[in-house]
Amino acid sequence: MTASHAPVSVSPEEARIAGKPRLRRFQQASWDEKLIFELGSPGERGVLVPAADPSLGMPAIPAALRRAEPPALPEMSQQQVLRHYLRLSQENLGADLNIDVGQGTCTMKYSPKVNDQFVRDPRIAALHPLQDEDTVQGVLGIIHSLEQLLKEISGMDRVSLQPGAGSAAIYTNVAMIRAYFAARGEGEQRDEVITTIFSHPSNAACAKTAGFKVITLHPDADGYPDIEALRAAVGPRTAALLITNPEDTGIYNPRIEEFVRIVHEAGGLCSYDQANANGILGITRARDAGFDLCHFNLHKTFSTPHACGGPAAGACAVTEELAPYLPRPTVELDPETGAYRLDDDRPESVGKMRPFYGVVPNLVRAYAWIMSLGAEGLRAAAETAVLNNNYLLHKVRQIPGVSVPYAAGRPRVEQVRYSWEKLHEDTGLHSEDIGLRAADFGTHYWTSHHPYVVPEPMTLEPTESYTRADLDEYAAILAEIAREAYEDPETVRTAPHRSTIHRVRPQALDDPATWAVSWRAYRRKVLGEAGRR
Amino acid sequence: MTRIGLVVNPVAGLGGRVGLGGTDGPDRARAALSLGARPLAGARAAAALGELAARAGKPPRAGCPAPGSGLLVVTAAGPLGADSVAAAGLAGQVVYAAGAGRDTSAEDTAAAVRAVVAEGVDLLLFAGGDGTARDVLGALGDVPCPVLGVPTGVKMHSAVFAVSPRAAGEVAAAWLARTGNVRLRDAEVMDRDEDALGEGRVTSRLFGWLPVPDVPVRVQQRKTGSTATAPDAVGGIAAEVAERVGAGLLALGPGSTTRAVAASLGADVSLTGVDVLALRPGHPPRTVAREAGEDALLALGPAWIALSPIGGQGFLLGRGNQQISPRVLRAAGGREHLLVLCTEAKLAALGGRPLLLDTGDDALDAELSGHLPVITGRRRTSLYRLAG
Repeated sequence: MTASHAPVSVSPEEARIAGKPRLRRFQQASWDEKLIFELGSPGERGVLVPAADPSLGMPAIPAALRRAEPPALPEMSQQQVLRHYLRLSQENLGADLNIDVGQGTCTMKYSPKVNDQFVRDPRIAALHPLQDEDTVQGVLGIIHSLEQLLKEISGMDRVSLQPGAGSAAIYTNVAMIRAYFAARGEGEQRDEVITTIFSHPSNAACAKTAGFKVITLHPDADGYPDIEALRAAVGPRTAALLITNPEDTGIYNPRIEEFVRIVHEAGGLCSYDQANANGILGITRARDAGFDLCHFNLHKTFSTPHACGGPAAGACAVTEELAPYLPRPTVELDPETGAYRLDDDRPESVGKMRPFYGVVPNLVRAYAWIMSLGAEGLRAAAETAVLNNNYLLHKVRQIPGVSVPYAAGRPRVEQVRYSWEKLHEDTGLHSEDIGLRAADFGTHYWTSHHPYVVPEPMTLEPTESYTRADLDEYAAILAEIAREAYEDPETVRTAPHRSTIHRVRPQALDDPATWAVSWRAYRRKVLGEAGRR
Repeated sequence: MTRIGLVVNPVAGLGGRVGLGGTDGPDRARAALSLGARPLAGARAAAALGELAARAGKPPRAGCPAPGSGLLVVTAAGPLGADSVAAAGLAGQVVYAAGAGRDTSAEDTAAAVRAVVAEGVDLLLFAGGDGTARDVLGALGDVPCPVLGVPTGVKMHSAVFAVSPRAAGEVAAAWLARTGNVRLRDAEVMDRDEDALGEGRVTSRLFGWLPVPDVPVRVQQRKTGSTATAPDAVGGIAAEVAERVGAGLLALGPGSTTRAVAASLGADVSLTGVDVLALRPGHPPRTVAREAGEDALLALGPAWIALSPIGGQGFLLGRGNQQISPRVLRAAGGREHLLVLCTEAKLAALGGRPLLLDTGDDALDAELSGHLPVITGRRRTSLYRLAG
């Protein structure tokens, strides 16, 4: 591994611009708040709905629609509910509150608040997915238009917005690859999928879930996926290459076209995980590198709020050859009448990936974001994200104890995977310790996917949303923590000190015997109460 | 009060800086000293203790006792440990002293280990190199005492050492606190093969295994609330091996991954040797040879050979598994029937360094070099570089 420790010279002019910002005195709120199920008391009401005046002749709710038992919800007043959730919100860090460049690979950009107004508009919010398509022409039009925009952005022929993002979209693409080879009578033969160690682990996981064998390529000395390993991997059993570019190191693979050609020559397909597309919008296109499929995460690149396992929205884009396998229904435009309709009659489709036609609120947000920027704006967003990233790289690499593995001296695209290996060797502190100490300054960072190929990793992705002052402040926080690590390691080792809680034991999250994601599970596993499973 | 043992080999590492190599035997140590070598082992042991104290007795609030105050280090007098304990500012209990007026020796290491372990300790730290690890192994015999090496030697092929003195302190603290599901793993004790050295071949031999605290890779900070347990990689590797072999003979080289895979298949294999299993789908494996040498392997003609990188160096062939000779490999059909087993995390920990070959047969090394599929789980391989 080649680390770049070259000293960086700073001109007096630069030094003046990048003067050291004053570090804020931050203190996270700590309310010691109980769970909502532990609050309230029997009989308390949040809303008392008056009975309808009999003179109105309102029919009673049919017996078949009434619950046999009331739902087991906490009973409490509105004020208590409001106070509870406001307190919880104060105990959080988040992209609307702090400089969230530390959530590398997650593209935590600002999601314009005006988009939320569109989404809350009853013309969107009150729609029901089971309405007749004649009555939802407007939203079908938005979906169809967004598909056209993403076709242009990717260079592909057809788009489906039904899948969720991330793993759901990757799985959709893998399912289409499987269907494509099955239709050609090569389903049995082509049972191998190739990916890389720096691509998102979802690529390998989805391929395995779909029944493929997975071959992983490791990086060469420059940090690029090893092209010699790719040549050794391809053959008559190759179904597909699933690859992220740039990978999470922020290094763009300039030989990506060659990768695609090698796989195509072996008879395989190429699918592009565009989770890291934020630095290349309007600059490169998946189709131009020869890819057959790609997917975008609308909640990363196109500004809809980050999903965290919730209502993500993705976009799968394919060439004409793979279009028959797209999830159904597709949204079709009748050029004669100008009417939109849902086409469910697609015998070769891989089927439904999500109910109905996707997560409409997030599709509306993505559509609004793209339309507000236009083609030039998308490119400007990408260029600003790249500039921000390289500015931060310039500042962070000056911090003692930091190194930037691979591709020494070359700029990165939209993020960088840094290493605190030297600081760890000097002080015994780990990257996780530094990240936790950052919480005392009102920010944080994430390390890396497993396995840690880059030792003591830290992945930073400043999108176009952050100002130079933000980046200066973030770099100053890291520099301050590095100084502490060398001069007062105990403070860092025992951090955080000004946060809501101290360190969590991650093992508890990893053990099915202790994790509790519902109140019922919490009572059973944590409080030790016997009860229904 | 937590009790921990420490035995230092004061001459370990002496020959490194002065180009003399290892200091096995008193003559070499004296020669190294006469060349101006400075002892390092004591200071490195003190660094490990310092890190341990900082982590073990971490005062959560003011007014609590000082760091490390709950630690008692059971050790031997002077440079054999007590000096390091004093340098780290910890409480020590001396249970062995070397005879006055003579150089310390391997016998002192062994006697000190026995005396310390007899007192009862939760973990035995030793500072030294491969030779010291062998002395500890011999002295412990069948006593099941967890051990961890503080690396101070010149040549360290053994897997019983932490990567640095500081890391040794960290691992020891995790073991003593039993945080984070720390378990014990059997780690290889290896040393240069002096017999082979006499014949002009540089190679290392496997001498046995010591129980070492296994601190798993730190868990990443979560990106989302959803989580899943890490897949049981070894079980997945075992299932993959069973499927590939089907019905046939499988020779398993020594190594922690191969042993875990054998256990997962339901076979009890020898610690340091090459065992041959007969596999049949739907049946438990049958052991047809234990600790087989080259001749036995050639006579059996196993169809498959499973290896895992050994001793933390990335060495795959030619270190500790010389029984699997070029002739054996060729008889099995070479590359096609070689199963390399390694978890993805262990591969990543090589930091991009290739897996290494040293079979003594240049033609075979060349044939095996290049990218080889390493089995990392069920239906999962990594194409990884092998270099001669």
